Amino acid sequence: MDPIVIIGSGLGGYTVARELRKLDQNAPLTLITADDGRFYSKPTLSTALASGKTPEALSLSDAIKIQGQLNAVVRTHTNVHAIDTATHTLSLDGETLRYSKLVLALGADPIRPRLEGDAAYAVLSVNDLTDYTHFRAALVGTHRIAIIGGGLIGCEFANDLASVGFEVTVVHFAPYPLDRLLPPPAGEAVLHALQRAGIKWHLNAQAVAVQRDGAFYKLVMADGSEVETDLVLSAIGLRPRTNLAEAAGILTHRGIAVNRYLETSAQDVYALGDCAEVEGLLLPYVMPLMQAARALAKTLADNRTAVNYPAMPVVVKTPACPVVAAPPPEDIVGEWEFEASEDGLCGLFHDSEKKLRGFVLTEKEISRKNILVQQLPDYLNS
Amino acid sequence: MKTLQCLICGFIYHEAAGLPEEGIPAGTRWGDIPESWSCPDCGVAKSDFDMIEV
Repeated sequence: MDPIVIIGSGLGGYTVARELRKLDQNAPLTLITADDGRFYSKPTLSTALASGKTPEALSLSDAIKIQGQLNAVVRTHTNVHAIDTATHTLSLDGETLRYSKLVLALGADPIRPRLEGDAAYAVLSVNDLTDYTHFRAALVGTHRIAIIGGGLIGCEFANDLASVGFEVTVVHFAPYPLDRLLPPPAGEAVLHALQRAGIKWHLNAQAVAVQRDGAFYKLVMADGSEVETDLVLSAIGLRPRTNLAEAAGILTHRGIAVNRYLETSAQDVYALGDCAEVEGLLLPYVMPLMQAARALAKTLADNRTAVNYPAMPVVVKTPACPVVAAPPPEDIVGEWEFEASEDGLCGLFHDSEKKLRGFVLTEKEISRKNILVQQLPDYLNS
Repeated sequence: MKTLQCLICGFIYHEAAGLPEEGIPAGTRWGDIPESWSCPDCGVAKSDFDMIEV
């Protein structure tokens, strides 16, 4: 029997493999990964400096160990060039591999900013352990770090760097950080806390160029202001890896389009994680990934199961001002009410029928999270 | 009483505090939490990743 093949060895690929093996110890299973196949947790990259962890220490397992534990073939440093969904074959380097079922767990690419200047090439982005290893090597001997993007990764990395003594400046295009995730009072609370931690901000600002300046770099903004820095990190969002699927004629939108069974438009081909859009939802976080991996494992074990997305708040790992946010769905009309105290901020979003549809909590108020989650409707019902 | 941390997301479990809002009373040792439990922050199953003692 042709193997079940999983492309991708991130949290998505490895979790599907692990969950499948709990249900079926026998189906031949192959994982293919373009990198070295080390297993790690992406959230831990954001707090590694404060935790005193080297990049090597962040690796939880490796391809060889996982091969043994899961009775699977793990092919590292291997690129898939094409998928032929009609013949159920993959084209690798000078080799064809047949699959019975295929799982695309390809992840996403960091969006690269459009920058002029003779040092635009030097801007780093981090979306996996390999990138992170390069980033940490580049940090050695530096002091000033400029970060383009005040979203989740920008804020978490800024906090982590500042907490071990780096001088950090963040350039963000909105009036407050985490503007996609948080309502203004919560974004402002994070801003002030990060400012108190020593982080400098250029808000309503856009980086347009990076220039070499002797031993340093100059980050230039649209309004002409400049930041002198030793290193520039870009964290302006992720683009799902859809090229392989698109080229194979599989339907993609912002991500690889899948239904609630994680099925793509091609028979026997599935997708999950940062590369996939489940019923139109793109949720590049751990909890939705875990839900999807468990449901998909059952489906792969011949028990077709839809994913269930309960309300899944996002945890922002900024120790200067921890935040938990469950933003209301975009199309829901309603109102926010905020309560600020020395315990932090509690924001509740109710719709026109007074039902709770979203919340945001900071600092000690985070203890209210579980009670509020129980009041929220499921994000996607199975 | 121990303090344990989720290897995937960093969530901290204090045995002394438990997780009463999830039906886990204060003082519940890690080993006594049901195997069906998953990390409240990231959803990883208890059986998959040992929380490490911190």
